[in-house]
Amino acid sequence: MAMTATSGVAVKPELPSGAAKLAEYARLKRQRKVRERLIEAVLLLAACVSVFTTVGIVYILLKESLVFFAQVPVWSFLTDTQWTPLFDDAHFGIMVLLSGTVTSSAVALVIAIPLGTIIAIYLSEFAGHKTRETMKPLLELLSGVPTIIYGYFALLFITPMIQKIYPDLPGFNVLSAGIVMGIMIIPYVSSLAEDAMRAVPMSLREGSYAMGATRYQTAVKVVVPAALSGIAAAYILGISRAVGETMILAVAAGMQPNLTLNPLEPAATITSYIVQVALGDLPHGSVGYQTIFAAGLMLLLLTLFFNLVGYWMRRRFREAY
Amino acid sequence: MSSALSPRTEQLRAIIRKHKRWDAAFGVLGLLAMMVGVLTLAALFSSMAIDGIPRLTGDFFTSFPSRRAGQAGILSAWVGSILVMLVTAFFAVPVGIAGAVYLEEYAKKNWFTDVIEINITNLAGVPSIVYGLLALGLFVYAFGLGQSILTAGLTLALLILPIVIVTTRESLRAIPQQVREGAYACGATQWQVVKDHLLPYGTPGILTGVIIALSRAIGETAPIITIGALTFIAFLPPVPFAGEPAAGLFDWLFSPFTVMPIQIFNWTSRPDPAFQQNAAAASFVLVFMTLGMNGLAIWLRYRLRKNIKW
Repeated sequence: MAMTATSGVAVKPELPSGAAKLAEYARLKRQRKVRERLIEAVLLLAACVSVFTTVGIVYILLKESLVFFAQVPVWSFLTDTQWTPLFDDAHFGIMVLLSGTVTSSAVALVIAIPLGTIIAIYLSEFAGHKTRETMKPLLELLSGVPTIIYGYFALLFITPMIQKIYPDLPGFNVLSAGIVMGIMIIPYVSSLAEDAMRAVPMSLREGSYAMGATRYQTAVKVVVPAALSGIAAAYILGISRAVGETMILAVAAGMQPNLTLNPLEPAATITSYIVQVALGDLPHGSVGYQTIFAAGLMLLLLTLFFNLVGYWMRRRFREAY
Repeated sequence: MSSALSPRTEQLRAIIRKHKRWDAAFGVLGLLAMMVGVLTLAALFSSMAIDGIPRLTGDFFTSFPSRRAGQAGILSAWVGSILVMLVTAFFAVPVGIAGAVYLEEYAKKNWFTDVIEINITNLAGVPSIVYGLLALGLFVYAFGLGQSILTAGLTLALLILPIVIVTTRESLRAIPQQVREGAYACGATQWQVVKDHLLPYGTPGILTGVIIALSRAIGETAPIITIGALTFIAFLPPVPFAGEPAAGLFDWLFSPFTVMPIQIFNWTSRPDPAFQQNAAAASFVLVFMTLGMNGLAIWLRYRLRKNIKW
């Protein structure tokens, strides 16, 4: 822009005097500076949208939760063993929902952590270039499928399949939802863990091979310990995913509050409870409406905790090479 | 031969054989682990195809949802999904790219920049349903936008903003420093460098990121349910930009709506197997949409990258 402007000055038929020219340049320069400042301010504003989002989330959750906790003491929220917010005899024990979240996440992690780790080790240390380049995108597809479709799959494919082996399994259960959820988060775990392993310097592997170690020994005794912080962070991210997952559980695990750690039973989780309330029409401002914000606050704190732990682990245990 | 070897050598060979067996065994284990993922995908697609494909007639795309499973279709759902995506892209793309340009090219290294960076990392880890609660409290009630296409679009825009920012930054970072230095040496201002050099060169990466982000958004269910979207919509929103000028132009933004994932959720949760077939068919369409978008992103990146050589 400025280039064309100055060359426009240069081709004017009658050239202005030196002083006028300098003044003109100075004016253009000032103009350009103002414009640059303005653009920078607009860009800064756009970058701040993310901060506004966080502030908005915290503000909304706290505001509605505070109204909720004015009616329900925090202590009974944390210790009550019943969750019946819409009954006349209302109880608000978040433990009930938390037990569903813990059970489903545990099932998911039992699937995702071993499989994700094995796949990461295999892709990083065993597989050739070609296998890695074909398998990685294929596995990434697992995390690209919309979760509602996984819910459908868990309810109408996995549950009937397990029922053939174990006929007493109810149609809605935490087990099949957890299994599908685990398979869904395999790529999250495996790709982060693999990145961590690939960041281990080649010289460590070469040293190990030179001592006569096999690939398996090198992978398990040298590479994995060296990449442990990154692998742990991958697990933590997996946990955080599992805790926040909603639709698979809402569809396949039933939505009845159930204080149990038995994955063979139906149970509501924090997330599926929010969906259940949102599906009905609770009036804005009622206690039932505010419970979902209290539940959401709990969920946010849980995921924030895991994210911070993951961040800290990566910092704390990072090996410096 | 073996009699010539000392027992010690025999012992060593046995140990080596054992370790090699472990090695081979782990190789098989790795393949099996990957097979679990691949087989799940195969089972998912084939079960959807078997149940769903018989329902995929032309009528299925042009009918509204109905109480009778055989007559129900996904017209309002796919139209709703596309309109919501329009709104999402309209907000998330410019804001995301601008934010990324600021963080990558303008931001100084100070505490404030650190706050923004940590924020974006954290936002990427916030469960999607929490965005739904934000939208319910903020857009639906505080701003009074109601359960409209605009609310849903804005919610999903906030949700995918971190993805757009991160991918844009990556593609800006991949541009060699010489490009910037060359442009500055010719007297370009910072914005000229960004507008005339960095954004054009970054386009393949940015475009890929945007499409992948949108494919994530189109499959999101939880935040849209949370804002209270209706599930039974037997009408279409007004045609965008076609109403009376001024007031009528943006009618569609405030219209009630449904989207594909919600339609699937609705059909899946009915006990009648006929509706579950509808769910399978609609899932098939939705997967086709998301994977199609992913494929498009990969193809675009490949095509556009070919023209850029550093």
